Amino acid sequence: MTLDAVLVASAALFCVGLYGALSQQVVVMVMMGLELMLNGVILAVAGLWWFLAPAPDGQVLLLVVIAAMTVEMAMGFAVATLLHRSRESDMTDTATDLSG
Amino acid sequence: MSVVLGGFFWFLAVVAVAAGIAVFRVDSMARATYALALSFVSVGVMLLLFNLEYIGVITILMMVMEMAIMAVFMIMFMGMNPALMPMSMVHSKRSSMILAGGGFVVLAGGALLVPWPARRGGPAADLTQSLGEAIMGSKMLVMLTVSPVLFATLVAALVLASPRGRYDRFGDDLRISPPRGPEQKDGRS
Repeated sequence: MTLDAVLVASAALFCVGLYGALSQQVVVMVMMGLELMLNGVILAVAGLWWFLAPAPDGQVLLLVVIAAMTVEMAMGFAVATLLHRSRESDMTDTATDLSG
Repeated sequence: MSVVLGGFFWFLAVVAVAAGIAVFRVDSMARATYALALSFVSVGVMLLLFNLEYIGVITILMMVMEMAIMAVFMIMFMGMNPALMPMSMVHSKRSSMILAGGGFVVLAGGALLVPWPARRGGPAADLTQSLGEAIMGSKMLVMLTVSPVLFATLVAALVLASPRGRYDRFGDDLRISPPRGPEQKDGRS
């Protein structure tokens, strides 16, 4: 178990999530992609913390990432509910009002 | 011992990434939810390998609950058991795959090529206690910032998700309906 291995695994998780966030049409599936990206970030931060500087600061940063994940989830579900209520759809392609 | 730990780490890493890929490959949202939960549990166990008992356990507990909530939302939006509904709803598949693959090459290349410095210091004897002392001491400002953000998120999510109620009326005689949002392309308002 090395830092390189941890970072390669976290990069793989991040990029799988990136693919999902970019390609999926259903809002909930886009959120799943974002969650996977944050999953990779959590693993990378934990690896960097353990292998470079195992001080409490890194653990606090992990808590902040987990809090960001919670905020993303709550706001994502709220927007999905609003979209479903007003448009009767949960697809990103029906919410392109702000696109150029 | 370290060889066993290393092998277990790679096993978990493969499971986490494979489950992550399965999220976008399986033919139903319910199975996608289970796959994402498996990916999070694998990462949570990896955190336990770093002796991060507290953060590893809350990651596993939080994500399993989150996936259960996600399944409820899917059933709510789709009005049926999502496991019975095969689907493939994607756009820009090729460009997304190229971007994700390119991103992986850059990130993994950086991880392998950067000369990482040597480890500074060692972990505390009790990592959970050291985290608690940091939160209550030198890092209290971080938690003081996160708390109102979480509260604001609660309020904003409730405001966004709540339907317009009987008090949400306009006009002098309170008979005008609230605006229904921008007009759709198919003519619906």
